[in-house]
Amino acid sequence: MNIGIEEVRDIARGATILGCGGGGDPDIGRLMAETAIAENGPVRLMDPMDLPDDTFVLASAMMGAPTVVIEKIPKGTEPLQAFRRMEAYLGKTAGAVCPMECGGLNSTIPILVAAQTGLPLLDGDGMGRAFPELQMETFSVYGVRGTPACVVDEDGNAVLCETERDADMEWLMRGVTIRMGGAAYLAHYPMTGADFKRTAVRNTMTLAHNLGKSVRLNRVRKESPVDTIRDAFAATDYGAVVEVFRGKVLDVQRETRRGFALGSVVVEGVDGFRGSQLRVSFQNENLVAWRDGIPVACVPDLIIFLDAEAGDAIPTERIHYGQRVTVLSVEAPPLMTSPEALKVWGPRAFGYGDLSLSDVRAHRVHIYQL
Amino acid sequence: MSLRLGIDVGGTNTDAVILDESGTLLAKAKRPTTPDVTSGIRNVLQAVLERADGQAIDRRDIRQAMLGTTHCTNAIVERKGLSSVAILRIGAPASLAIPPLADWPEDLVEKLQAHAEIVEGGHEFDGREIVPLNERAILDFAHRVKGVRAIAVTGIFAPVSDAHEKRAEELLREVLGEDVSISLSSQIGSVGLLERENATILNAALTDVAIRATQAFSDALAEAHIEAEKFFAQNDGTLMRLDYALRYPILTVASGPTNSLRGAAYLTGRSDAVVIDVGGTTSDIGVLLNGFPRESSIAVEIGGVRTNFRMPDLISMGLGGGTMVIGEAHRIRVGPESVGYRLTSESRIFGGRVLTMSDIAVRSGRASFGDPERVADVAESLCVSALQSAHDMLADGLDRMKTSAAGVPVIAVGGGSFLIPDEMVGASEVLRPENSDVANAIGAAIAQVSGEVDRIFSLEQRGRQAVLDEAKQQAIDAAVQAGADASAVQIIEVEEIPLAYLPGNAARIRVKAAGPLASLTAAQTAAGQGAER
Repeated sequence: MNIGIEEVRDIARGATILGCGGGGDPDIGRLMAETAIAENGPVRLMDPMDLPDDTFVLASAMMGAPTVVIEKIPKGTEPLQAFRRMEAYLGKTAGAVCPMECGGLNSTIPILVAAQTGLPLLDGDGMGRAFPELQMETFSVYGVRGTPACVVDEDGNAVLCETERDADMEWLMRGVTIRMGGAAYLAHYPMTGADFKRTAVRNTMTLAHNLGKSVRLNRVRKESPVDTIRDAFAATDYGAVVEVFRGKVLDVQRETRRGFALGSVVVEGVDGFRGSQLRVSFQNENLVAWRDGIPVACVPDLIIFLDAEAGDAIPTERIHYGQRVTVLSVEAPPLMTSPEALKVWGPRAFGYGDLSLSDVRAHRVHIYQL
Repeated sequence: MSLRLGIDVGGTNTDAVILDESGTLLAKAKRPTTPDVTSGIRNVLQAVLERADGQAIDRRDIRQAMLGTTHCTNAIVERKGLSSVAILRIGAPASLAIPPLADWPEDLVEKLQAHAEIVEGGHEFDGREIVPLNERAILDFAHRVKGVRAIAVTGIFAPVSDAHEKRAEELLREVLGEDVSISLSSQIGSVGLLERENATILNAALTDVAIRATQAFSDALAEAHIEAEKFFAQNDGTLMRLDYALRYPILTVASGPTNSLRGAAYLTGRSDAVVIDVGGTTSDIGVLLNGFPRESSIAVEIGGVRTNFRMPDLISMGLGGGTMVIGEAHRIRVGPESVGYRLTSESRIFGGRVLTMSDIAVRSGRASFGDPERVADVAESLCVSALQSAHDMLADGLDRMKTSAAGVPVIAVGGGSFLIPDEMVGASEVLRPENSDVANAIGAAIAQVSGEVDRIFSLEQRGRQAVLDEAKQQAIDAAVQAGADASAVQIIEVEEIPLAYLPGNAARIRVKAAGPLASLTAAQTAAGQGAER
């Protein structure tokens, strides 16, 4: 597939669904990618199967506060500069660009770099959704090192970073990002084509595109968003898509700690869910869903709030009382649910030590008679 | 005796009211809105004064005149009478990726004959300079755009620090003098560079429209021998003086829905309620919080341009007096089709053949107009199910707009408000104020004066409470400066949004303060006190 302007729009729309409530609004990234495609032509999306083992690959991303990005819009060359600086530092020439996060704003930044460099964009990423930190990557889980990494601001300042652990990369780079004004642009996870094929969640850009397209067409056709979203996830590495709830938002609690928007949403059931309640906790992204006290979905499985009529995903910051919502859970791909992966983003990693993914999935199968 | 005149220009009608000091309605009038807007204002003014004359009101007692108008909205939508604009963005090297006017409709860009440049400068979220301001580049820009009518200046994070925008204005004046109109983004919008820049460009483009609108208002009043202090209504339900309206005309767009909600609050004396306005084709539902409309969190488009103005959060449902009732007895469907303004010819009670919700209401005794004989054959069971459907739709809409599960007061207004039952699911009571047909003009007449702060604050050094206090004080000062009575200004809204994914302890804080209009002398005293502090 070639990514032209129409495709970028669909990818951005679909990335909001994969953001699981977080990940930042992809709009500024979408506008930048559109401008770059208008200038340089469409981007080639490369299936990992077609990627030679010895190709040098770099991941491209923004880090920091999406709220800063809507005001301090990038110069547009920061991600490219970080990319080139890494090539120079390592003495290698990249043959492809890869996304590190297919949910939210970071779905669009690598498209910009691919359009500017003329390199293919790899159809896969390291999160399979949105997560809040740089070490939360399948690349990292399966032995690809996050560093050397380079972070760049709009003034051309660049910081190169090498750390022993990827969690330290996150810690140090987050500090640099604040000094750079709250938003900065990264090139990291230098790897080979073989590494990428072994460690990436595959075909997530195609997935974002299909999700976005189905939402767009749904607005015209007025079909059930659940069916079309299920179709988009079919034939991917993701598992069952379950409509865990349909209802009306009854209550939203929020608080802020260490730059995280924490809180929970309570939904009162309608239709087949009447008489039942769903509670969902979030930390930027949705973490755990309990139906009448029983956990029916948890990280890393995707928990997605959809506007019950429009079918658009609702970010956690925009959920409010009275909204009619459909809540979906999507089983994360097996690559994201191995014991070593769950150490990084299982329920325990987010403070839910009493939950295990397998138990929660068993509850879900039982309650929804799957 | 000191009287207030309120005029609201709506899509269909232009309304006017005269209120006395205690807020009692002395006279009201309604005239069709005219394509040029101005003659409609003149007509309604004449009409309301005629009514007033009958009640021995002395027009010399009218001390304040408030206008809510669609002049500016129409100019943007119709692309008429717009001024040429030069666009200066202070932000390079940041922001170069998306130039000004990127998402604009082409026909509007052509109308503005816009020349745009991005120069070095701008601030970080915490107020630091990103890079120093390139003063040379601004002077060069000024020479290049000589002869332009208006300039829109937008700096990165200007809502946090307007230092670079202010300096740019000085430099532009050095070269271009006082004849050019300069709009600064820090005076117009909040965080979100592209949307704020768009609003600033539109504001600059309205320079001449604003001059004509204020002139028309002044002329209409002068012709009627009214010597009053003149105000324009803003989209947030507050007022600005004429000199302010000349500089910030964009703030007058879409004041109509706000005036309607504020008027409903005033007529009932309620500050927290849900307002249901049932017209011929639709029902609009809005929420009053502390006497002001709850605002939408979604960016508003004006004439195809995205701005970051907040408009009242409204939902519109396809139910009104002209809504068609289709089918028989238990299998009926209510709307969404409507006979609309043809109600008085097509509905059954007016001799037509279409069964509408007005017919149902008349048949069941909820309303009395038209000829009830013509609907005597309509089955009672059909009426019951049609009214039930209408109730269900309204109750559903009410439920969507409420912020908690508890019952809330409902204010029923509009020509079709007989469709709102006295007992409604989700409502603690249903209020039906008199004179709700001129709620908009009343809303304009009673509008308050406000001040707002919307910035990103660092909470690191001084702590959250100190920062919140500072923001509140800034909002109060701004309201007093705009003419509010210092002793009666209140904080009406506080919103705090943390910067997600940034553990640096910064938050976007938005505070709004508002108060009743101080008399001219009181305002000057307050401003003097402000200067001394």
